[in-house]
This record gives sequence, C-alpha cells and structure tokens, in this order.
Amino acid sequence: MVHYLCKELSFIIIMSPRIKKLRKVLSPPPVKGFKPYGRDPEAGRAPEVTIHYEEYEALRLCDYDMYNHHQASVLMGVSRPTFTRIYASAREKIATAFVEGRQISVEGGKVYFDSDWYECGSCGSFFNNPERETRVESCPLCGSDNVTGHEPDSQAQPDAEGYSNEYCMCPACGYQIEHRTGRPCSQEVCPQCNSRMRRTGAPKYRNRRRGER
Amino acid sequence: MRTAITATGNKSDSLIDTKFGRCSFFVIYDSETGSVEYIPNPFVDVEESAGADSVKLLSARGVKQIIAGDFGSKIKPALDSLKIRMIVIKDAGKKISEILELLEKNK
Repeated sequence: MVHYLCKELSFIIIMSPRIKKLRKVLSPPPVKGFKPYGRDPEAGRAPEVTIHYEEYEALRLCDYDMYNHHQASVLMGVSRPTFTRIYASAREKIATAFVEGRQISVEGGKVYFDSDWYECGSCGSFFNNPERETRVESCPLCGSDNVTGHEPDSQAQPDAEGYSNEYCMCPACGYQIEHRTGRPCSQEVCPQCNSRMRRTGAPKYRNRRRGER
Repeated sequence: MRTAITATGNKSDSLIDTKFGRCSFFVIYDSETGSVEYIPNPFVDVEESAGADSVKLLSARGVKQIIAGDFGSKIKPALDSLKIRMIVIKDAGKKISEILELLEKNK
C-alpha cells in the first residue's frame, strides 16, 4: 500500500501536462490577420490579439459552415468538449479584439493541414494537392487528365477498418448503423439527429468503467 | 520545380524505395534545368525521427514534390503544412529512369 502511494505521489510530482492532440485544419485563413481602423491616435497602439489556427478553424466550421459542435469536432479530429473549448477561446479572443479595438493575427497552434488525395488512372500513382485553392486537373507525374478523387483512409487499411456484426446506436433516436472496427462509435454522428453514436449494449461498458463489474 | 524521388541505389536503373524516411538515396530532379542529383540519405540508420529530418533536408533544398512508395503518418501532416506535394507509387518495381522520363515528358 505504502509502495503504491509512493508511486502515485512521485507520479504526481513529475507529472507534465498532457500533450495536446494535433487538430486538423482543412483550410487555412486567406489572410494573416485583421487591423482595426479609425482608432484614436492618442490612445496609442494596443497589443494585438493572437488567434491560433485551430481557433480560426473552429469558428469557420461552426459559424461559417454552420456545423454543430459534434460534426465540427469530428472534422477537426478532437473530442467534442475539446472542440467547444477551442471555440469558446476563439470567441473570447475575437470579442476582446473588438471591444478593445485591437489587431487580430492568426498564427500558431497545434495543428496540421489536411489535403485531398487523388488517383491517376493512367500511371496508377496517388498524389495529394497541397494548394487547396487550385483545382487538380492533371497528374503531376505523367500529365494525364484521367484523375479521380481518392480516399486514402478507406483503402489504405482494408483489414483494419471493416464491418463487424455489431452496431452503433444513437442514444437519442435509436437509429442504428453497422459498427466499423477500428473506429470508435463515439466518433460516429447520427445522420438523423446529430448526436453521438454509442455501441449497442453500451451501458454495460459504462458500468465497467465505474468499477461495478 | 524540384522533385525528390526515393531510390534504393544511386544509378538511374535503381528501383524506387518503398519507404521515405529511411530510403537509401534521394534523387532530386530540377525540371527547369533538367539536372538530376543523387544524394545519399544521411538518416538511413538513425534511431528515430528519420522521416522528420529527411523532410527538413529536402525542404531546405527547395523540393516542391516528393515521389515515394509510401509516407508515414507523421510525415503526411508535416509535408502538408510545408505545402509539399506527395506522390505515392505503389508499384515497387518502378525504375528511377522511368519516373524521370515521365517527369521530363510532363514538363
């Protein structure tokens, strides 16, 4: 028991903060920031407000593309509560900038940029498009225009992600879809009512986590 | 535009290397001058972060697209943020000369 406590304590003392997950950003902002105008020159220059890329992305998904927090969190590859935190921080910063007349700059953050993948029909190669603004019309390798869109996740690991005979269920409306192995049910969003799915028979799983085997 | 190709050897009839970070050689082809350069990969035998270091090496040389057999899960986001295009050739029997020919034709 004492040994166990010591272990626990030493763990607490050397504990470092949990490493943040990388957030996926589908399209970076077209500008680096925003400047206020008409500011009283006598008031001097206020320091700028820095918005991270993931905060910009959260705001774009929620308020521009009109996704709800569940859908947006799936798109960014983070949990729903994390997404809500990122979004709240984005709004807080923008409000600060508006009220105090401060400049906004978009930079930094724990993000990676995702791009679309394509397949060339004539040379059989796969390639991505790092410039989202430009359209892909020909293969960068052989120049052929026989190019089709490609989903790397769906074909890269056909064994890892397949359908099993289990189901994911929506706890709100009861809608069921086939469970895909390797993909947590909580990442699926119900197409009917937009709430998170759960594995059928999930209460058992919940009890186990609380220790009531 | 500069293109990097992973290679198993430093001859034009060498095959494309299926791995990116620990490939034996990088072939850098410049489409403007038509020059082809073979550089041995210094990160073949390192313990870790071979991929990330290879990305740094290639981006320092101004490479805009990379051709390899596959890219690891850490490399894809790194290259995406550097706006370097990835081209995956699944056919492991492809020779460097064949790829260079395709690139030259497509110039």
